[in-house]
Amino acid sequence: MLAYIVRRLLWTPVLLALAAFFVFLMGTIAPGDPAELRLGNRATPERIERERERMGLDQPIPIRYIKYVGGALKGDFGDSYHYQGRSVLEIISPRLWVSIQLNIAALIIAVIIGLPLGFYAAKKQGTGRDPTIVISMLVLYAMPVFFTAPFLILFFAVKLHWVPAAGWDGFFSLQIILPALTIGIPGAAIFVRHMRASTLEVIGQEYVRTAHAKGMSDFVVNYRHIARNALLPIMTIMGFTLAGMFGGSLIVELIYGIPGAGRLSLDAIFQRDFPVLTAFVLLGAGMLVLANLVIDIAYTIVDPRIRLQ
Amino acid sequence: MTSTTPTTISTVKELPPARGHWRNVWARFRKRRLAFVSLMIITFIYLLGIFAPVIQTHDYQETNLRETQQGPSFDHWFGTDRAGRDLYTRVVWGIQTTVIITITSFVTGSLFLGVTVGLVAGYFRGWIDAVIMRIGEVVSAFPDILLIILLAATLRPRIVDLARNIEDSTGINGLVSSGIVDYVVIGIALLPLSWFGMMRLVRGQVLVLRDAEYVQAARAMGTSTPRILFRHILPNVVSPIIVSVSFGIGAIALSEVVLSFFGLGVQPPRPSLGVMIGEVTARGGASVSVLRDHPEQLLAPIIVVWMLIFCWNIVGDALNDVLNPRAR
Repeated sequence: MLAYIVRRLLWTPVLLALAAFFVFLMGTIAPGDPAELRLGNRATPERIERERERMGLDQPIPIRYIKYVGGALKGDFGDSYHYQGRSVLEIISPRLWVSIQLNIAALIIAVIIGLPLGFYAAKKQGTGRDPTIVISMLVLYAMPVFFTAPFLILFFAVKLHWVPAAGWDGFFSLQIILPALTIGIPGAAIFVRHMRASTLEVIGQEYVRTAHAKGMSDFVVNYRHIARNALLPIMTIMGFTLAGMFGGSLIVELIYGIPGAGRLSLDAIFQRDFPVLTAFVLLGAGMLVLANLVIDIAYTIVDPRIRLQ
Repeated sequence: MTSTTPTTISTVKELPPARGHWRNVWARFRKRRLAFVSLMIITFIYLLGIFAPVIQTHDYQETNLRETQQGPSFDHWFGTDRAGRDLYTRVVWGIQTTVIITITSFVTGSLFLGVTVGLVAGYFRGWIDAVIMRIGEVVSAFPDILLIILLAATLRPRIVDLARNIEDSTGINGLVSSGIVDYVVIGIALLPLSWFGMMRLVRGQVLVLRDAEYVQAARAMGTSTPRILFRHILPNVVSPIIVSVSFGIGAIALSEVVLSFFGLGVQPPRPSLGVMIGEVTARGGASVSVLRDHPEQLLAPIIVVWMLIFCWNIVGDALNDVLNPRAR
């Protein structure tokens, strides 16, 4: 197990370096000369040439790549093309923080709804409630956020006036409820599916029957023997579920008018501000990789039955 | 079988007539009512898209400023949008876009690239396998949607330039305006989504099968490697491939809609479900007024997307049970 952890720890930096290389390469393929984009189209060729030199664009690609990665490690992703004289990090950080808050709220909703419901469905297997829950969660899972977002706005904001229709006012505000629900519901559906499957697996185990036979109360068996063991495999899908929800949050931010990273990266595409876009993609990849690394290692430590080669 | 005794014949008669594997699968699939209905709905939606030029009631670009933002009527079955274009016609053409993109990106990415690379990686192992798996890991290090957006955003202008050059040098017109370029861009952007999952699946199966006795026998008889791969191993991997495809198509269709919604996929005036949804909902908080006044315009495109994803999931579940009975 130690060898596995060491190998994962050694491979992760290489993986991130390769991901950074890919992102860097896409940045160089991206259209438009950065020096020209920064100076505007009235600049003279000489000025553009000087700007190119200043930005280091005349150097060969491998050197530029090493500089890019070296900078990225220190949190320096270069300067934005669009917002004059501001660094990419300075622009991204506040926006990313908004998105992270939104996704944490959504994850809380997904976990609170998804895990108990999946557990309940598994306990009710064989009755009509189990397929009802499974099918209705699949309906919700398939429901595109394009549908949930406008529907929730129309119903709760426009018709009932319970919450504001759009905007952003921090984590502890009414505004966060609708977007977090919009992202959280499909996430909850994923958790129901996995929680149900893993609970069913545990229910069939002999130690559960033994616990019942010993005369332990249903509550103790449910809580200590079934739920805690069923939750273990759920940990491993946490990272990918969060990544999937993050993708949904790009759309949600746009529809709800939330000034998050989704809005920013989309603006960056149309303003051809590629340093911002690539930095955002790289940060997303870095967070996903690290999250999965932490989850996998935690999993091998928590569950002694796991013995990876 | 003429020499069998009467007693065995009578016992054989009591069994259902022997059928081929795929007829059995179909029979079992048909018993699942929900999955069967889902397959019918999918077929119906896809037929709408394929026959869009025949069943359209208007032209999808035809604007009519005297009839904007109308509700459903006899002339406009689903009503009209803010430019007076017929929503029904635009929905069926939007479905066609989705159909073309899901099919091309699945045939090229998942079936061609994914299956071939998976066969090769699993069969040869060694450094080929290691390199392919590492590339796959790098690709899957990115959140899907971010990678798709990055690819579409950076490659589009390059591909458009390329198409313009081809137009200029060959004299073929309409490469850019016909929307083929959009399809190419989306197809390439969706590649990372489609190939790696399929490749890993096929590779896993091949790793087991390559040491099976019938494959060893074929190798001992001097059968060529491509023949072993495609005639001996591939047919045994078909079931998991079908299941994987049926689960993946919904995701591919949704990604196209998302890209077009962001304005990175199909470009107006070509209709796409994503473009239609984007026109009503997107572009920030200012859209709330459009949304408040004409939410009904969202219904048709969204229900189609919803049905596609839902039905493909149901069909995938059913196929998984029917084709891999041991999997559960």
